[in-house]
Amino acid sequence: MRAFARLLERLAFTPRRSIKTATLVQYFAVTPDPDRGYALAALTGDLDLRAVRPGLLRDLAAARIDAELFALSYDFVGDLAETIALAWPEGAAVKADLALSQAVAELRDTGRAGLPSLVAQRLDGMGPSERYAYLKLATGGLRVGVSARLARLAVAAHGALPVEEVEEIWHGLTPPYMDLFAWTEGGAKPAAAARAPFRPVMLSTAADADTLAALDPADFAAEWKWDGVRVQAVADGSVRRLYTRTGQDISVAFPDIIERLAFDGVIDAELLIRHDDRVAPFGDLQQRLNRKRVSAPLLARHPAALRAYDLLLWQGRDLRALSFADRRAALEGAIAGLAEPRIDLSPLLPFDSWSALAALRAAPPEPVIEGVMIKHRASPYLAGRIKGHWFKWKRDPMTVDAVLMYAQRGHGKRSGYYSDFTFGLWDGDALVPVGKAYFGFTDAELRALDRFVRSHTTDRFGPVRAVEPLKVLEIAFEGLNRSNRHKSGVAMRFPRIARIRDDKPAADADRIETLRALLPPEGP
Amino acid sequence: MTHRDAHLQPRPEGLFCPAGGFHVDPVRPVERALITHGHADHARPGHRHVMATRQTLEIMAIRYGADFAAQTQVAEGPLRIGDTRVSFHPAGHVLGSAQIRVETRGGVFVITGDYARTPSPACLPWEPVPCDVLVTEATFGLPVFRHPDPLAEIGKLLESVRAFPDRAHLVGAYALGKAQRVIMLLRAAGWDGPIHLHGALQRLCDYHLDQGIALGDLRPATIDRGAGKAQFAGAIVLAPPSAFASPWAQRFSDPVIAFASGWMQVRARARQRGVELPLVISDHVDWPQLTATIAELAPAETWVTHGREDAVIRWCSLNGHIARPLRLVGYEDEPE
Repeated sequence: MRAFARLLERLAFTPRRSIKTATLVQYFAVTPDPDRGYALAALTGDLDLRAVRPGLLRDLAAARIDAELFALSYDFVGDLAETIALAWPEGAAVKADLALSQAVAELRDTGRAGLPSLVAQRLDGMGPSERYAYLKLATGGLRVGVSARLARLAVAAHGALPVEEVEEIWHGLTPPYMDLFAWTEGGAKPAAAARAPFRPVMLSTAADADTLAALDPADFAAEWKWDGVRVQAVADGSVRRLYTRTGQDISVAFPDIIERLAFDGVIDAELLIRHDDRVAPFGDLQQRLNRKRVSAPLLARHPAALRAYDLLLWQGRDLRALSFADRRAALEGAIAGLAEPRIDLSPLLPFDSWSALAALRAAPPEPVIEGVMIKHRASPYLAGRIKGHWFKWKRDPMTVDAVLMYAQRGHGKRSGYYSDFTFGLWDGDALVPVGKAYFGFTDAELRALDRFVRSHTTDRFGPVRAVEPLKVLEIAFEGLNRSNRHKSGVAMRFPRIARIRDDKPAADADRIETLRALLPPEGP
Repeated sequence: MTHRDAHLQPRPEGLFCPAGGFHVDPVRPVERALITHGHADHARPGHRHVMATRQTLEIMAIRYGADFAAQTQVAEGPLRIGDTRVSFHPAGHVLGSAQIRVETRGGVFVITGDYARTPSPACLPWEPVPCDVLVTEATFGLPVFRHPDPLAEIGKLLESVRAFPDRAHLVGAYALGKAQRVIMLLRAAGWDGPIHLHGALQRLCDYHLDQGIALGDLRPATIDRGAGKAQFAGAIVLAPPSAFASPWAQRFSDPVIAFASGWMQVRARARQRGVELPLVISDHVDWPQLTATIAELAPAETWVTHGREDAVIRWCSLNGHIARPLRLVGYEDEPE
């Protein structure tokens, strides 16, 4: 438990992804099986423990700590597990370290009646840091800022393996992942044991007119880049799954898709919300993501659909080594054969020159199109982001001129700099915040912005400063959603600072009405 | 509440002893001040007559200039002030820190100022002073505060330096006491290399050297002409925590931000400050030490000055000690 506690501590305080990964790699390297596997499962949310409820913890605390002292402590600390970890009466001096695997086994195998005394006995034998880790493990909410994806990346890095290969077999593996760790250390690759496993997805690289000018348009096919979620729909015998492009299984959130996967194969597609022929804005899809359960009204209001891009496997045959042209022909046949109205084809765009494609890209038929995808007709289906095969040529971003309102201090390389900027637009004669950006500027521009913030501060709130409304920033963004969480009613996607408009007085910055006019039409 | 109030009174400018005509750690300028230690919220400039330990007077002179008071007096041995007998006793908090014992017709009062019972090599250890009324601080007066072994905490810093040899390690530490404590812990843990100092820490480190306290190889944290940001790769740099928000921090590329403070025990506190490496190193009593002090001295009354009064008073009532909050204003709520 000591090593695991130390790991959680480091992950919780490290703001940077790269260092979190390095910390995990280091942990995997020095921690024996099966403990490291259980730690991995705890991070990815794959540990199936009998959850210890907050009520149980409160009862344990009440039996040991005066209620008023506990309440004062909890008020100050703000986290139940942490308060108990810190205030738990310290027992006798030297204590043996409890193996993580043993802690997991006990919590899993102990009945409801025996759980309170087990937890109390374990807490008695630990120091505060381990108590915290143990309680977080037992209550099932680690919240250390590590996603399942990042944890898998670290496993891959530990074994110098491509993360796509780890993701491909992930769904067939179970804690404590001894076979996975054996593979990272030179053993055999575990067989993809699960039915309907995830296959690594092919990704595109960004292109612009200059990149394309060097290429022959006749070698390429093009289609719209739909603004939904890239998914992989898999049906394998009786097992059906819907994965994101990183291998996250989102089947539970989309039962309306799962019930329609009446085939044997793997389709690469865009997940969209579609009313008959009209594709709804991304914001509607967002309401369906990350749900454990979906209500019937939500299903009816935002019906999901697939728009198929590619075919990886079909009726037992692996098509990935075939050319795009051959796979496309197979895909067209497969979709036609399915005759499923909620699964349709992503149409190919007719063009004979890059300028013709540019014209199409400039005037897409639907607002939920982000640009065009350009695919080499001879490309096989390759895992990962390999240059030269698939390109995305995004529509030019939307822009507004906004006024800098607040700035927050950065971390790591930006320590000591105000580097996170909140900006607003005019609403009457007041500014209403519309977004936050922390990239898009050069180092020299960052220094200039930092100087501006320091010399124009009007108020301070912890690490945040309010500044005089003087600096105009041109903000580029990829789209807009309606939002109830934002005062302005809109949320930008991927906002960044395109230019610093020192030539423009703040009074001439854009108005909120300008931004609202760019919103997609409201759904039914 | 009791007859003892008449002999030591909480007033807006601080604790006042009418029989001696003096205030203890007053927060506003007064005629006659007795000062427990040199931290700025206890030792303020502008009093006419100041009595403190020799080291506290010298520290005040460093901070405020030699003429910080019209008259100063070193507190040595028992002294008569007006109708009282006064003596100073080590508090174990920072160099020069003292508890003040005041004997009046109403009984013996001990004002702890800030105090620590974990021994620090930078100052004399706290000593128990029997009393009728203990006036105690309560900075870490909650059961969640149990300070870990400081040497183990400094071990975390050295471990991080080994793990990230390309990154400068900036350690936030207040100029009086904490900075020297961190330096001495580093030396005790075997770090013989240079330790770099922000300019604001220099004078008080020099003063510790004058007092015969060894701190090893200290260097200013200034960039050499022509050297890049890489100059501080793997270096340990001490600075007052306020420096992390200033352009001073921009000279380091990708630093690890550490902070040495008792508050670092609470995760939300560390995250709020953007600390990547919290080091729980305190120069105050923690909860077990604070409550043990009350239990050992068993004063007739315990008065609680600043910090988490409510919890300490609750503990006293649970354990049969008479206690009350003084609710003095002007001391920093979080003076670590």
